[in-house]
Amino acid sequence: MLAMEYRGPKRVRAVQKPMPEIKHPEDAIVRVTRSCICGSDLHLYNGNVPDTRVGSTFGHEFVGEVVEIGPDVTNIKVGDNVIVPFNVSCGRCYFCQQGMFGNCHQANAMATAVGGIFGYSHTAGGFDGGQAEYARVPYANVGPTVIPPGMDLDDAVLLTDVVPTGYQAAEMAGIQKGDTVLVFGAGPVGIMAARCAWLFGAGRVIVLDKEDYRLEFVRNYAPCEAYNFEEIGDPVLFIKKQTDWLGADCVIDAVGAEAAGNVLQTITGRKTLLQAGSATALHWAINAVKKGGVVSIVGVYGPTDNLVPIGNAMNKGLTIRGNQTSVKRLLPRLIDHVQSGRLNPKALITHRLPMEEVADGYRLFSAKLDNCIKPILIPPTVTK
Amino acid sequence: MQTQRIDYTQINGWGVDADPENDPTYPMQHREDAPPRDIFYDRPPQQPITVEVLHSIERPDVTAVFGATLPPTGLSGVIRRFAFKYSENEYKHWLPLILADRVDVVEGVLKDLAHGHVPNIFAEKGYAVEWKYNRTAFVTKMATIVAVTVGTILLLNSGKDKKSKRK
Ligand SMILES: NC(=O)c1ccc[n+]([C@@H]2O[C@H](COP(=O)([O-])OP(=O)(O)OC[C@H]3O[C@@H](n4cnc5c(N)ncnc54)[C@H](O)[C@@H]3O)[C@@H](O)[C@H]2O)c1
Ligand SMILES: [Zn+2]
Ligand SMILES: [Zn+2]
Repeated sequence: MLAMEYRGPKRVRAVQKPMPEIKHPEDAIVRVTRSCICGSDLHLYNGNVPDTRVGSTFGHEFVGEVVEIGPDVTNIKVGDNVIVPFNVSCGRCYFCQQGMFGNCHQANAMATAVGGIFGYSHTAGGFDGGQAEYARVPYANVGPTVIPPGMDLDDAVLLTDVVPTGYQAAEMAGIQKGDTVLVFGAGPVGIMAARCAWLFGAGRVIVLDKEDYRLEFVRNYAPCEAYNFEEIGDPVLFIKKQTDWLGADCVIDAVGAEAAGNVLQTITGRKTLLQAGSATALHWAINAVKKGGVVSIVGVYGPTDNLVPIGNAMNKGLTIRGNQTSVKRLLPRLIDHVQSGRLNPKALITHRLPMEEVADGYRLFSAKLDNCIKPILIPPTVTK
Repeated sequence: MQTQRIDYTQINGWGVDADPENDPTYPMQHREDAPPRDIFYDRPPQQPITVEVLHSIERPDVTAVFGATLPPTGLSGVIRRFAFKYSENEYKHWLPLILADRVDVVEGVLKDLAHGHVPNIFAEKGYAVEWKYNRTAFVTKMATIVAVTVGTILLLNSGKDKKSKRK
């Protein structure tokens, strides 16, 4: 089968690989019909996630048709079209039982701090991902959810990560009616977080990024106020002035380790890996939130350390929340939001590429070329 | 530059998920709902361990499922095995893994060549789209790299010349 393959930092290609096999009685094999490239893949692509082995297939955002099931799979059947949450989760461990499907304790042997994630290095369980024609889906009774009749596959594939992550970012921010919510990052996740902030009753939503085309998009889509942080001077000071000098009530970090905006952070976090990614957005978030406010982190950082003003977090009495999204927990609510028209995920998709052109897709999305917001890959077996 | 304040009363779904209880400034978890702290509660069956799986020493065993397609191999594998002697709390775990990843890249190129395949790095890096959508910056970057490389080689060679003349 055709699959994306990692060869080293900023080097990927499409190759022929052996078909995935059932390795566990609760496995299923899914024929992929849509697969996205995500901001999270960029951390892998740039070589910044430890234990990313050459030959890995990435891809944690995919939907597809079930073509084979293990003997213990009862919740889905061959022929079902399913949304596959990006988390691998057993559904019965201490954490899954609390709805923390992003923190399953039976899905990642290699790191206890990280849950199991499809196509996300051995630090996230070593599973091959869905940027391929077929994928092995463990614990198929738990994650995969049948796509409701009539739902567009483009909407469905964004329910595997982008929509739930944007939503959980807003949820973790503890937004109270009327709150001013500040979102760092106008990538797919930040855009969705800004949109979802309104669902929780925000009174004002402000987004900062440096890509004008993304700011333009989010300004209309969320809708919200949106500013280019390269044009407003010190972004923290700018936000203080915008918020009666108090700071935003809630701040969301939807940027993570590839953040721009601070040379020291970029050199130590992205170029030399002295820290686990550049923490510029998180640094700004802690300083731009009001005292007693909430910082919600969905931006991904590596497993070592980051330079952030933790002393300010203490002095300001902040609450800091973060997580890998618990996709499975949120799916019923979000499917409803999509079906009722409150959320329109597929509007984010700007590029559709045949899977053979995966290397171009990564470059396009990574370098923010051709006004790219969200690229999806279409496997050759897919006709529509 | 100033963008317009949004009238949120017009937004479809405004406030439908508002929850005054979800205010994390105050304690909020309902402890009585927590399950027993037994992580082996109803443990799923074990995926047969047919390949080498390095597992974090912060857990007693390999998880019930795991990715099995890329067991550690070669020199990078030796380094990974060393890394997994230390917990996730230690740099001795993560830094060797990053080193192993870089060694793996070299091993990957060698394996490609051994299979008679010369990797098309230009294509793997997706430079075609840089050429298409970002030509000026891309050409400038490439020209700089070439200039710096050529400059460095010339500089090193001129150093050699002087040395050989001194002899
Ligand atoms: N927690 C989760 O479950 C989860 C799930 C999906 C994605 N993520 C993470 O969310 C983050 C965003 O993902 P994405 O797909 O939107 O990525 P993306 O790369 O498309 O978007 C990131 C955006 O941040 C902007 N940016 C860079 N530096 C900034 C700064 N200092 N301040 C403000 N904006 C800045 C970039 O210009 C870019 O538009 C990534 O770190 C990704 O790994 C987390
Ligand atoms: Zn993702
Ligand atoms: Zn679990």
